[in-house]
Amino acid sequence: MNRRDALMRVSTMMGGTLAAPWLTSVLSGCSNTAEEKQAILESFTPEVKNLIAEIADTIIPTTSTPGAKEAKVQDFIADIIADCFNEKDRKDFFMGLNEFQKKCNEANQKGFEQLDEKQRVDFLTKTEQEAKEYKEKNKDNKEAPPHVFGTLKSLTLTGYFTSEAGATKALAYVHIPGKYVGCMPLEKGQKAWAT
Amino acid sequence: MAGLEVNLNLKAKQQNTYDAIVVGSGVSGGWAAKELCEKGLKVLMLDRGWDLKHGNYETAFKHPWETKYRGRITDKQRQSHPFLSRDYPYNEHNEKYWFNDEDAPYTETKRFDWYRPNIVGGKSIMWGRQSYRLSEMDLEANAKEGVGIDWPIRYKDLAPWYDYVETFAGISGQKEGLPQLPDGQFLPPMEMNCLEKHVAAKIKENFKGRIMTIGRVANLTQSINGRGACQYRNLCSRGCSYGAYFSTQSATLPAAMKTGNLTVRPLSIVNSVIYDDKTQKATGVKVIDVDSKEMIEFYAKIIFLNGSTMGTSFVMLNSISERFPNGLGNDSDQLGRNLMDHHFRCGASGKFDGFQDQYYFGRRANGIYIPRFRNIGKNDREYIRGFGYQGGASRTGWQRGIAEMGVGKDFKESLLEPGDWTFGMTGFGECLPYQENRVTLNKEKLDKWGQPTLTIDCEFKENEAKMRKDMMNDAAEMLEAAGLKDVKTYDNGSYPGMAIHEMGTARMGKDSKTSVLNSFNQVWSVKNVFVTDGACMTSAGCQNPSLTYMALTARACDFAVKELKKGNI
Repeated sequence: MNRRDALMRVSTMMGGTLAAPWLTSVLSGCSNTAEEKQAILESFTPEVKNLIAEIADTIIPTTSTPGAKEAKVQDFIADIIADCFNEKDRKDFFMGLNEFQKKCNEANQKGFEQLDEKQRVDFLTKTEQEAKEYKEKNKDNKEAPPHVFGTLKSLTLTGYFTSEAGATKALAYVHIPGKYVGCMPLEKGQKAWAT
Repeated sequence: MAGLEVNLNLKAKQQNTYDAIVVGSGVSGGWAAKELCEKGLKVLMLDRGWDLKHGNYETAFKHPWETKYRGRITDKQRQSHPFLSRDYPYNEHNEKYWFNDEDAPYTETKRFDWYRPNIVGGKSIMWGRQSYRLSEMDLEANAKEGVGIDWPIRYKDLAPWYDYVETFAGISGQKEGLPQLPDGQFLPPMEMNCLEKHVAAKIKENFKGRIMTIGRVANLTQSINGRGACQYRNLCSRGCSYGAYFSTQSATLPAAMKTGNLTVRPLSIVNSVIYDDKTQKATGVKVIDVDSKEMIEFYAKIIFLNGSTMGTSFVMLNSISERFPNGLGNDSDQLGRNLMDHHFRCGASGKFDGFQDQYYFGRRANGIYIPRFRNIGKNDREYIRGFGYQGGASRTGWQRGIAEMGVGKDFKESLLEPGDWTFGMTGFGECLPYQENRVTLNKEKLDKWGQPTLTIDCEFKENEAKMRKDMMNDAAEMLEAAGLKDVKTYDNGSYPGMAIHEMGTARMGKDSKTSVLNSFNQVWSVKNVFVTDGACMTSAGCQNPSLTYMALTARACDFAVKELKKGNI
């Protein structure tokens, strides 16, 4: 399998309705060179990015202010995972994302992106509960990778509230305050400071 | 032909000759350059880092969304900076200011976090800016308790110099009249927020001898000497184009340049001090050019070593001569020993139910300070010395959402409002000088320039460990008395170096047999070499030390120039 084929397979699986445990086989399989595996792991195909965008946008949806997708949180998440995560954490993230989509398929016979808004919220709420139990169960196990939901939620909030849309439209952002007032009444509608 | 060569050499030597050489350009090096230049000396200031120019702070005005990783460092940087990347000071916003660990790896016998800058200005750009005086109590503690050796000076020797440096540097703060934390020449204090004012009042009401004051910080609350006032952005460690906090670039360097007497040579690694056995003086320094790796010599009548505690230790240990086989001025065998740092990262935090209708404006680049209150007047704890607290109150922001359960519209909306008030504080405890906490030269492992590297063997011991219990419990007790809820103590562990207050490896003393420097920071056995950075400290106090380095530097410069004029050096 050449690199292009590998990427194609990833795209298909992530976006498709069939959730084969492709990543596990890729990682443990003998048909891929180390370079190819790396290429897969580091490639955020449009489908993978779209899945991340839809998850982020369910965590932080559009209201009277922009949501995570509009704030391009998916790009931030991809940058962080590609450049700031170490190899193990990156692998864990992709394994977790695959598992996430697989479970979604099992529960809904659809990939996450195909769910309607209510189904998405329900599935994420259920996943968050699972993540909580997983964390509890593994609290003494330092080797256990973080649950993918925790990673996605934390990066979604960080990416959104530090984005231009999140900081300036959802929250209140003052670039150069110029003064400090230690005590002032909280006016109705006063948003929290972004920084 | 031989005559021409001699002439050329003479000319080269003349070109490389100054009245004084200052090694390092951080907090104390900048002061040394300013003082010596203002007294009319031609000064060469050397730094191994690149020439960061005032105002050219690349990230200073960047919005959060303008940095790709929002402050995080990359995996690649973690690999090239294995030591630095263990803690927060090294981040995306100022990563260019730090030294690449790989170029000169050090060896840890035990974990030691060594924060090496790589810029002109040194750590004066990234420092925490908290500025406190040592007191008489701190300076006489070693003698009273039989710890280490006695300081050769007392508060009266330092007080006028504290006045002098505070006035120039610009320290904002509140006078409190405490013997353990003398007041200074302050600019107007920054304000506390609602919860801080409340906690301060409750501490005063409930605990005799304890007070909470606003941090004394080298940020200008009003414009002085052409420098702008603080804009309350709290992005100081990126560099401040307003010059609103004290740094070499904002304060001492412009003053030194104004005299016309200063030459700055960046990218210059000082390898060693050249010692002349005939005159029993130093004649100059050997410098390695970072880029060309060429070795160049510079000469001067006076040499100030201000390369930071570890940097200065390296230069002295690496200055080997027949007279000083174990390092310059090291007759006492104290050079490299008695390495100290403050231990911290333990205290308490809690939340407060009130003030829901109160908020604040601006990002204050400062917190609160609770001066030391333990073991004052009498030692009645299981340990000696004490600690102060730094901390502050704020309302939680969106970050709380990471730990909270929830997704979707209501969850998002809930995060747009200010959350609960919380208060956190961490103790900064004194560390005693221990002879065996030391730094040595490692000739087996060489740096990129072929020089030896350092091996650091340092640990906190029993006295520090015992103190940490009080650092947690006292904090919790004060927060509870102030009515905070869910008060939790914490101890995140503290390794030497993490507080970036490393000091003590060329201590001052009264006796040349047990110390490296005399009461004017002069190397006992090499009279024209002075050390006025953290290396000179005889004990650590629990106060942030930079202000003391400034005062000691100005004092030593005054002495050095007087001695020079008298023909004594």
